[in-house]
Amino acid sequence: MSEKFDVIIIGAGPGGYVAAIRCAQLGLKTACIDDWVNQDNNPSPGGTCLNVGCIPSKAMIESSEQYQKAQHELAAHGVNVRGVKLDLATMLARKNKVVHELTSGVAALLAANKVTFIHGRGKLLANKVVEVGKKTVTADNVIIATGSSPSELKGVAYDGKTIVDSTGALEFNSVPKRLCVIGVGVIGLELGSVWRRLGSEVFMLKSSHSFLPAADQSIAKEALKAFSEQGLDIRMGAKIKNVSVVRGKALIEYDDEQGSHQEKVDKIIVAVGRRPNTHNLIADDAGIAVDERGFISVDEKCRTAVDGIYAIGDVVRGPMLAHKASEEGVMVAELIKGEFAQVDLDTIPSVIYTAPEIAWVGKTEQTLKKEGIDYNVGTFPFAANGRARALGETGGLIKILAHAKTDRILGVHIIGPQASETIAQAKIAMEMGASSEDIALTMFAHPTLSETLHEAALSVQERAIHAVQPKRKKS
Amino acid sequence: MTIEVNVPSFPESVADGTLVTWHKQVGDVVEAEEILADVETDKVVFEVPAPSDGIIESILIKEGATVLSGEILATLGEVEAGTAHKPAPAIVEQRSAVATEVSTDEADAFITPAARKMIEEKSLDAKQIQGTGKGGSILKEDVIKHLENSSQKAPPAAASVDIDQVSGERLEKRVPMTRLRKRIAERLLESQSNAAILTTFNEVNMQPVMELRAKYKEAFEKKHGTRLGFMSFFVKAVCEALKRFPEVNASIDGDDIVYHGYFDIGIAVGSPRGLVVPILRDADQMSLAEIEATIRDFGARAQAGKLSIEEMTGGTFSVTNGGVFGSLMSTPIINPPQSGILGMHKIQERPMAENGQVVIRPMMYLAHSYDHRIVDGRGAVLFLVAIKELLEDPARILLDL
Repeated sequence: MSEKFDVIIIGAGPGGYVAAIRCAQLGLKTACIDDWVNQDNNPSPGGTCLNVGCIPSKAMIESSEQYQKAQHELAAHGVNVRGVKLDLATMLARKNKVVHELTSGVAALLAANKVTFIHGRGKLLANKVVEVGKKTVTADNVIIATGSSPSELKGVAYDGKTIVDSTGALEFNSVPKRLCVIGVGVIGLELGSVWRRLGSEVFMLKSSHSFLPAADQSIAKEALKAFSEQGLDIRMGAKIKNVSVVRGKALIEYDDEQGSHQEKVDKIIVAVGRRPNTHNLIADDAGIAVDERGFISVDEKCRTAVDGIYAIGDVVRGPMLAHKASEEGVMVAELIKGEFAQVDLDTIPSVIYTAPEIAWVGKTEQTLKKEGIDYNVGTFPFAANGRARALGETGGLIKILAHAKTDRILGVHIIGPQASETIAQAKIAMEMGASSEDIALTMFAHPTLSETLHEAALSVQERAIHAVQPKRKKS
Repeated sequence: MTIEVNVPSFPESVADGTLVTWHKQVGDVVEAEEILADVETDKVVFEVPAPSDGIIESILIKEGATVLSGEILATLGEVEAGTAHKPAPAIVEQRSAVATEVSTDEADAFITPAARKMIEEKSLDAKQIQGTGKGGSILKEDVIKHLENSSQKAPPAAASVDIDQVSGERLEKRVPMTRLRKRIAERLLESQSNAAILTTFNEVNMQPVMELRAKYKEAFEKKHGTRLGFMSFFVKAVCEALKRFPEVNASIDGDDIVYHGYFDIGIAVGSPRGLVVPILRDADQMSLAEIEATIRDFGARAQAGKLSIEEMTGGTFSVTNGGVFGSLMSTPIINPPQSGILGMHKIQERPMAENGQVVIRPMMYLAHSYDHRIVDGRGAVLFLVAIKELLEDPARILLDL
């Protein structure tokens, strides 16, 4: 006799656990199934994000930046430090502690909301029956939120020691002397930056020539320049021919325009994308189809072909971002309850936690040009911002794109300090239908980094105060 | 139970209208047929009556907004016992919690900073602007759109719309055109640029008609219940002349000339909103009494703004009278797609030569403007001469001379 629920959620990552909490808030009898365990083999809800993704990487980014500051940047402040040493074990332990605090937090939230947490790997059978280990549970509604895992590069198998994925990249017990990162996306850049700061000699390989194609290209250009100056050796157009491990060291052979190359490194991080976790997840007679890349097909409300079965987060279309999964989870919970809910997939903010940070929301210049939309640009450099100068972080800029006729803000792009925070202000403004003039008329506190948003808005209106801008050519 | 109040159906030629005035507000108790709002189109102003007794629950369209035929303007709810004649804000709040799209003109919509600046600088009325932001808030782009589409009605006493600017010592007053005036202006220009309009003049001795009138006035009124004026004589004369000169009763359609086998005569009447031309259908078959009565009715209803669009569509020839204002002579403009118009003027006593003698006669100058593309000079002149002759000797109509 299976226990019956209103909703069963398979997966307790940012999509699953948020959906579970929302369902419970709406009075639905909810079960959440998850099989993540931590180092002590205890259940660890929070999915990839909390366990091996967003959170641990941000902890390592923060720690590595502190190390970099201590080594190279304190002297300018008149703070003389000698004998700065890296204790990697402590750094990793701190990261694990942060992860543990948050995963315990998620477990506590689920319990407080009276969600039935079932530890194990769920499998969806026919008729909305979910099998977990030897048990089955059944529900009126099922939400699939099983997330994604790192993709493998064809012919380059992970061995967990020398050739690792993003998870392994957070666990090196010593700083690799030479490190190769295959894949120059968000994850590759963040992890490559971490180990470079901790002392590795890092080079990165990308098969195509486009750098951060989803980002606004003028921002991407600034980023590439900044990373190169930091010593991140980014090599584009590199086609991997062979990877082998010989006596604990990895040998990479690749071809590019210059010819054939051979590199010997201590570790290789492969970060070439992620694939949805749908293998062995759904029984053939459950009625849900999975496409050739493993994604579950859903409509704009995350409904699958079967009434009452939904899928959210990395297993469905759209950017693989935790906040997108969470909002989809909330939407589905509310739909199940019978309320109106929707998620706008067109204005999801994106952040890259490199140094400098990169963040954007809305459309890029290249997209607007392609769509034939007439727009005005306003920019402002952090070098002209008082707070940035005081912080000693003067690289980067912020850019606002506004519709030429209505002045509605269509996109905001930032590379610079605290971009991840400032982008939220832009997102709120865009959500309320703000024009750039609305932001120009809004008072910002001084001195803040956020003021750059204000100045960029003034720049769209051609009246920046803290920068001299050339007159816009009338088209 | 919620009842919809809809925009009345427009005829095919009318695309949309403007909701110019709300006579009621949310919470008012109304009776069936009570007029709730006015909708103005190119030709007329419609009144929107309440379909039944009720209390106004929500108003969905703001004053100044464009509306389509059949669109929902408002909803009525059943009157609850004890709330008669009292506005009921509680009901309004319940409804707006459920209906996410409703914008009442009770609550002031949020206006973003840039929108507010534009509204202040251009002295606009925020209540006239449709807000498309979250929760109905008014965005900068809504103000921009409003300025572009604006065919704001300028109410006679609205200080917010009229701007008195003082430039030096001289005042200027800027008043946006009403929709009706704009449309009239468009049609006039269209007429002028499409047709080759010329005018031929003649004069008519009104004495015979006046004598006829004097002789039969009382008997006419007694029998037909309506006064005998001049217009019926003119209409009859016009119909006769049109029969003799069919090209004046025709219109151009593409490369064809369409000769109409009927006589729908438009009679220009003034109304508070501008000149309108209701049509006398098959005027040749109407009696003098019928013509008089119908024209009188047109005049009254034009003053009250109650002419229907059907009554003003069509027409094969028009008659206009500038004489009521004192005009002696004028060159009327043609009502497209017609090809001619008769202009009547003031009857003024003038010395005329008759049989070698100087006599005083009540004379009226007549003007016939015609579309030279299909009416040639000869036809136009002879047409007017025929009218003059028929009026100077009404027996000719009887004798078909």
